[in-house]
Amino acid sequence: MERIVLPEIPNLNQIDVYLKNGGFEAAKKAFSQTPDDIIEQVKKSGLRGRGGAAFLTGLKWSFMPKTTDMPKYLCINGDESEPGSFKDRQIFEYNPFQLIEGAIITCYAIGAKIAYLYIRGEYHKWIKLMQQAIDTAYEKGFLGEKMKSTFGVDFYCDLYIHKGAGAYICGEESSLMNSIEGKRGYPRVKPPFPAQKGLWGCPTTINNVETITNVPPIILKGWEWFSKIGAPKHPGTLLFGISGHVNKPGVYELPTGILLTELIYDVAGGVPGNKKIKCVIPGGSSMPPLRGDQLEGVRMDAESLRAAGSAIGTGGVIVMDEDTNLLKVLLRITHFYHHESCGQCTPCREGTGWMEKILKRIEQGNGTSKDLDLLVSVAQNIEGNTICALGDAAAWPVKFMIQRFRDEFEKYVKPQVVLPVPNKVHSMRFTKISLDNIVLKS
Amino acid sequence: MSFKFTEENLKRLENERKKYPESLAAVMPAIYIAQEQNGYITNEVMTEIADVLGIDKVDVLGVVTFYTMFHTKPVGKYHIQVCTNVSCMLRGGYEIWEYIKSKLGIDNMEVTPDGKFSIEEVECMGACGYAPMIAINEDYYENLTKEKVEEILNSLK
Repeated sequence: MERIVLPEIPNLNQIDVYLKNGGFEAAKKAFSQTPDDIIEQVKKSGLRGRGGAAFLTGLKWSFMPKTTDMPKYLCINGDESEPGSFKDRQIFEYNPFQLIEGAIITCYAIGAKIAYLYIRGEYHKWIKLMQQAIDTAYEKGFLGEKMKSTFGVDFYCDLYIHKGAGAYICGEESSLMNSIEGKRGYPRVKPPFPAQKGLWGCPTTINNVETITNVPPIILKGWEWFSKIGAPKHPGTLLFGISGHVNKPGVYELPTGILLTELIYDVAGGVPGNKKIKCVIPGGSSMPPLRGDQLEGVRMDAESLRAAGSAIGTGGVIVMDEDTNLLKVLLRITHFYHHESCGQCTPCREGTGWMEKILKRIEQGNGTSKDLDLLVSVAQNIEGNTICALGDAAAWPVKFMIQRFRDEFEKYVKPQVVLPVPNKVHSMRFTKISLDNIVLKS
Repeated sequence: MSFKFTEENLKRLENERKKYPESLAAVMPAIYIAQEQNGYITNEVMTEIADVLGIDKVDVLGVVTFYTMFHTKPVGKYHIQVCTNVSCMLRGGYEIWEYIKSKLGIDNMEVTPDGKFSIEEVECMGACGYAPMIAINEDYYENLTKEKVEEILNSLK
């Protein structure tokens, strides 16, 4: 299988090696066409966003206004804070020039002069590597004003790294923009969408690092080639990050539509000690978890996973074996969302805290069966009632974990009290009295 | 304690400033540079950043308090960040965390009396496939065991 994003070429992070292997040929080809042609090709290729929502990339680009006197911007999302997701760092480390080339082509297609690459602050090492690559690209004339003479075209763009500072929420596109603007990472109300009002109120497109890195091969080899790889409705390859209870955790680039079981057993070497799988989160911690007996036949693409009751997310697969305490897992996940909630919307700010408190109570052995229903109820009241998707991300694990693993959670809560002798006083309360039998004295 | 950017850092800040159409956007790079110079962010540091960038001090404060990587209190010479999120937890992240806590005798966000170590329980650092992991200052240490952690801690002078 051919790899698109992380080809098996040693030292591809050196510009000479990258150039020898067809580097910046896609950019040259792109500059011989009109921006609309590029957008059309990306649309036809069926490339979908790799950041979680799996939105059609070409369609997103086409939302950018064609005629505007405002500057346009491209943001490349490398915040990568979703627990279970660790794919973008591989691109920064092993294939930075393809990302740069993708950024150039995207800027040309949408008419942006400046691209900001947002990388999470903890990635010091990868920020340095990426900065080196960008500096090299500037030196060699692949970025900045020198591009005009390098490519012989009346277009140039700049690429800057913006370093995050440890906030999960900044992976959300509108709070990422606020963060670049130097504000707190609060998500914005949509509409207006970024293509209408983005960075500093100007038209902006935001794409994931992996999405952008997919662009050069599509332009170079054609959209037909790309659209035939993997699942037809979600073509291409994905960087699957497998972690948790597997023998060979890591990042693997594979075509979409691969069987989840194949990914776990053949690619990642199965579960240590040949244990059974209790639970798998297929797309990063905010996606609904699947039970071990639900995995058979599930394919790793947006459509199949939706049909299976989960979502592809960022392709971060977390595997848990039969001995895992799911209560502790859920408590840890909920603690994460409580910590990372930005605090703008009440349902999320308060709800995530409540869910954590209830789960803690259950963990301490003071929970009752009613608490499980309460958790689901709180989760349902967060879901869909917040500005951004963090609310849903916090609610889904709780809601689906309890629904799908109810028997296990029942074990952690106190059994319902059954009185040995029927309590007459209490049972009176539940005696049904028809209103018709009550005669009001006049 | 007054704070002034060094000449060199002012130049770095000026370079960062050029990347953006508005000064406010350079506040995060500015805080990073200040933190590098001063170790942590104080009131005086925030005043200096606001003055240099020509922005309101409250905007600096808002950003400093929002992001977890900006410290308003001193941290140790070696700031140890331990990930305990799901993927690390499944592979023994909490054992590493408890071990480091007991070895150094401090709790979350505390500093050892000699100022050498401080520890922080952090959220996912993007090393899930190489769990459990810790980060010391800017460097990642992955695929850890208690023995490896002990070795790493002993090697820090």
